[in-house]
Amino acid sequence: MTQTPPNDESRPTRTGMRLIVPLQGVVQGRGGILLGSLIPCALFYFLQFYLKRNRSPPPPNPPPSRSASSSDLPRSSSRPNLLSRGASMGRVQLSARANHVAKANESPYYIGLDRVREDAYDELTNPDGVIQLGLAENRLSLDLIEERLSKNLADLMSGAGGHPGLRGIATYQPFDGLLEFKMAMADFMTEAMGNEVSFDPLKMVLTSGGTPALEILSFCLADPGNAFLVPAPYYPGFDRDLKWRTGVELIPVHCRSCDNFALSITALEQAFNQARKRGQKVRGILISNPSNPVGNMLNPYDILDFARERNIHIISDEIFAGSTYGNEKFVSMAEIVDSEDAFKDRVHIVYGLSKDLCIPGFRVGVIYSFNENVLKASKKLTRFSSVSTPTQQILAPMLSDKRFIQEYINTNRQRIRSMYDLVVSGLKELGLECTESSGGLYCWVDMSKLISPYNEKGELDLWDKLLNTAKINVTPGSACHCIEPGWFRFCFTTLRVNEVPLVMERIRKVVEICKPSV
Amino acid sequence: MAIKPLTQPSSASSAAISLSKIAVSNTHGEDSPYFAGWKAYDENPYDESSNPSGVIQMGLAENQVSFDLLEKYLEKNSSDPTSSGRVSSFRENALFQDYHGLLSFRKAMASFMEQIRGGRAKFDPERIVITAGATAANELLTFILADPGDALLVPTPYYPGFDRDLRWRTGVHIVPIHCDSSNAFEITPSALDSAYSDAESRGLRVRGVLITNPSNPLGATVKRAVLEHVLDFGALKNIHLVSDEIYSGSAFSDREFVSIAEVLEARGGRGSERCHIVYSLSKDLGLPGFRVGTIYSYNDAVVTTARRMSSFTLISSQTQQLLATMLSDEEFTAGYIETNRERLRRRYRMIVDELGRAGIECLKGNAGLFCWMNLSPFLKDETVEEELALWECILREVKLNISPGVSCHCAEPGWFRVCFANMSEQTLQVALARIHDFVERRRGNQ
Repeated sequence: MTQTPPNDESRPTRTGMRLIVPLQGVVQGRGGILLGSLIPCALFYFLQFYLKRNRSPPPPNPPPSRSASSSDLPRSSSRPNLLSRGASMGRVQLSARANHVAKANESPYYIGLDRVREDAYDELTNPDGVIQLGLAENRLSLDLIEERLSKNLADLMSGAGGHPGLRGIATYQPFDGLLEFKMAMADFMTEAMGNEVSFDPLKMVLTSGGTPALEILSFCLADPGNAFLVPAPYYPGFDRDLKWRTGVELIPVHCRSCDNFALSITALEQAFNQARKRGQKVRGILISNPSNPVGNMLNPYDILDFARERNIHIISDEIFAGSTYGNEKFVSMAEIVDSEDAFKDRVHIVYGLSKDLCIPGFRVGVIYSFNENVLKASKKLTRFSSVSTPTQQILAPMLSDKRFIQEYINTNRQRIRSMYDLVVSGLKELGLECTESSGGLYCWVDMSKLISPYNEKGELDLWDKLLNTAKINVTPGSACHCIEPGWFRFCFTTLRVNEVPLVMERIRKVVEICKPSV
Repeated sequence: MAIKPLTQPSSASSAAISLSKIAVSNTHGEDSPYFAGWKAYDENPYDESSNPSGVIQMGLAENQVSFDLLEKYLEKNSSDPTSSGRVSSFRENALFQDYHGLLSFRKAMASFMEQIRGGRAKFDPERIVITAGATAANELLTFILADPGDALLVPTPYYPGFDRDLRWRTGVHIVPIHCDSSNAFEITPSALDSAYSDAESRGLRVRGVLITNPSNPLGATVKRAVLEHVLDFGALKNIHLVSDEIYSGSAFSDREFVSIAEVLEARGGRGSERCHIVYSLSKDLGLPGFRVGTIYSYNDAVVTTARRMSSFTLISSQTQQLLATMLSDEEFTAGYIETNRERLRRRYRMIVDELGRAGIECLKGNAGLFCWMNLSPFLKDETVEEELALWECILREVKLNISPGVSCHCAEPGWFRVCFANMSEQTLQVALARIHDFVERRRGNQ
C-alpha cells in the first residue's frame, strides 16, 4: 500500500535516454555483460534516490526506530534532548503550521518574557533578577477589587448571598456567556468608556480573553491569504492572534515620530493600493485604540470613512479603553456608529477585563459586533475559547455595581497617571524622551540616540544590553514592526513606586555605556 | 478632537459586506438532527411540576448523578475562613495567565487521571497542557497534527460534535472507520485498513487515528486487543493516535477500562511519541460549565506547541485554583470516583432493564452517560429516512429528545443514543414510561 509519489514524467525519460543510448553502445561493445548488469543496477538506484527525494515526507514504511528497544518511558520530563530519542527518520511528523508555531519565540518580545519567567526580580529573594517592563499588565489597582471578588467566590461556593450554588454554575451554559454576565459587562464597558454610549448585551460574545476574540474575528472576516491593514508600531501578539492558525496576513501601515505616531490616512490609502496591486485582498483594518505600544488615541471617524469607502471591516481593539489618563478623550467605535447606519455591519470591537480590571488570569474577553452574522458565527466558534461559568458568576455582581465601578475606574486612572508621570520624568532625567501618551499601561521611549548603528541591529544590541546588563525587560520597537529604529515600549504598571528609582539606576548604567561621545 | 459629521455612504459601501468562508460554512453541523432536537427541548423543556408534558432531554451527555458529592465537599472546604488568607492568594491568581497552567492544578489533574486508571498508568504534570474544555483540546490537537486537506480516521459511530471540532477551522477531513453491530461495533483490522485505503484513494494524507475510549455514543470501553492493534497500525503507518478518554471516570467498573496509557507502559513506552490523550472534567466530574480540558502528550514537540497554542483557550486561573485543591484531595476523589461509577451503573441497569421489558435491545455497555439503543425492529425499512422519521416521531409525539445514529455517522440505520445521567431518577422513570407506552402503541398498530 505505498503512496504513489508525485510523477514527473519528463525528467526520468530524458535521464533514461541519456543512460540507455550509451548503455546500448556499451552492451554491444566490450565488457557488455558486466556493464550491462552494472548500469541497470545503477539506474535502478538512481531512480530510487530521485523518487525518494521527491516523495512528500514521511515515507509510509519507515525503517524501524532505533529506540525500539528502549525500556524507559520518554515521559519523565519535557527535556529537549528527549526529542532526539529515536531515529529521526522514524519520528512522526507534526503539521506544517505546528512546526511554524514551534519556532515562534524568536521575537524579542517573547524572549524577554521568558527571561523574566526564569529570573524574575524579587526585592527580597532575587534582587538581581530581571525587572519586568515588557508585559502590559496592571498591578496597581488589585487592592480595590480583591476583597470584593474573594468574598464573591466564597459566597458562590457555599451558595450564600443568593448565589445558585454548584448546580447553577456547573452545568452546560451558553458558550457565548450567561446573559446576566453580558448585562454586567455591558454596564462595565459603558462606565469604562466614559458613559458616552450604551452597550447592548445582545451584541456580545464572551471569549476566554482578548486573544481568542481577535482570532475568532480574524477567522470570520477573512480567508487564508487575505490581509488586514494594521497601523504600526503594533502589539507583537497580533502576529500570533490574527495570523497563526488563520493564514491571514497583516500589512503594517507605518506611523512616524514626526506625526507623533499618529495614523496618516494617506499612508493607509497607499498601503491599501499597494496591496491591491500585489493582488492581495484587504478584508479590513485592525486598530488598537488606545494604541499599543504608543498610547495614542485614534480618530475613529477617519477610520470609519476610510473603511466605508473601500467596503472593508474594522476591528477596533479597545482593551485599554478604561486605562486612559491623558488629555485626549477616548472615543469608541461604538459611539460613532449609528444604529441606522448600514455600514455598522463592518464594525467589530474587541474588549476584555485583562487590562482595565487587572485580572488577566480570569480569561474574560468580548467580541462586540453590530453584524448579526458575525455574532452568529462567533457564538459557535467561542465554544473553543469559552469563559468559565464560576468566573462569570463571581464577577457579575461587582461589574453591575455602578458606583463601585465608577470609583474604581477613576482611582485606577489616577494611579496609572501618577506612575506614568513618575516614570516619564525619571527617564527624562536620563535624557530619554517619551511620546505624549493618553492611555495604556506603558510609555513609548525614544532611545534612538543611544543606538549604533542607527538600525534594527543597533536597536537589538541596546535591547540586549538592557535585558542582560541592566536586567530590565523592555520591548524593542522592531518587535512591534516600528519603522524607525531606537524606540522602546516600557510598561510601568507592573512596578511598585519604590522600584522606580532602582529601574532608573539600572537604565542609567546602560545609558552611560551607550551615550555617543561628545 | 472635533466631532466630524458622518459622510454620505458611497454606492460601494452600500453593497453588503462579505464574511469568510469559515463564517458562512455549515461545517459547524448545527443544522443536523442532533442539534434540532435540542431546539425542540429549549422551546418546551420538561419540568416535573411546571411542565410535565414537556420534552425530556435525553440528547445531552451531562452527568448530574453525583453533584451532591461535590456540593458536600465544597461546603466543607470552601476557601480560607480568614479573609486575609483569601485575599492574598487572590492577587497572584488574578494575574496568573501563564500558558503552562498552575502547577498545583496540573499535579492535581495528573493524580486524578492516575486514580481513575487505578494507578495502572502514571502521568507527568509537565506533559499536561490546559485548554478550555475537551472541545478545544481536540481542535487544538488537530491543528497540530494535521494540515488543511489532511485526514484523521475516526471509528463510526462517533460523537456528532467531531464534525465541527475536528474539521471546521482546521480544514482537516474525517474519514470514517466503519464499524457495525455484527461485532458490537468494535474496530477491526480490516475496517482500519479500508479506511486508510479510502483516504488514500481520495488523495488525502492520513495524519492520525482518533478514538474515543470509552466510546461515545456506544457507551462501551475499547478492548485492550483493539488498542494494541491501533497502536501497531499507527507505528506501521507512522501516524498519530489521539485517545479521547473523556469518559474514563464514567466506566462502571475500574477494571473494565483500559487506557492507551496503560498499553504504552506495558510496551515500555515504545511508540508513545505518537500518542496523545484528551481529558476533561465535563463528564466525570459533571462540571462542563467550568471549561476544563487537557491534552496529555508523550511527544515533547506536541506539548511545546500545544502549550503555545493554548493561549487561545486558557482555563480561568481562578477555576484552576479551585479545582487544584479539590482534585488533590485523594480521599475525596477516590470516594467520588467509586460512588460515581456505582451510580452510573445503577442508572444504566435501570434504563436497560426497563427498555428490555419493552422489548428494546441495547448494546452491551459498560461506561459513559448513555446507552446505544437498537430500534431497527421498529423501522419499516432499514433506511436513514425511516430512522429520521422515527426520531421525529419520538421527538414530537413521545416528547423525548434522543440522538439518531445518522447524526453519529452510524453505518446501520435504527440505532439511537439515549442519555440517562442528566436528569433525576424520577424524570428517567417518566421517560421510560413514555417509551414503554410508545412501544405498546406501535405494536398495537402493527
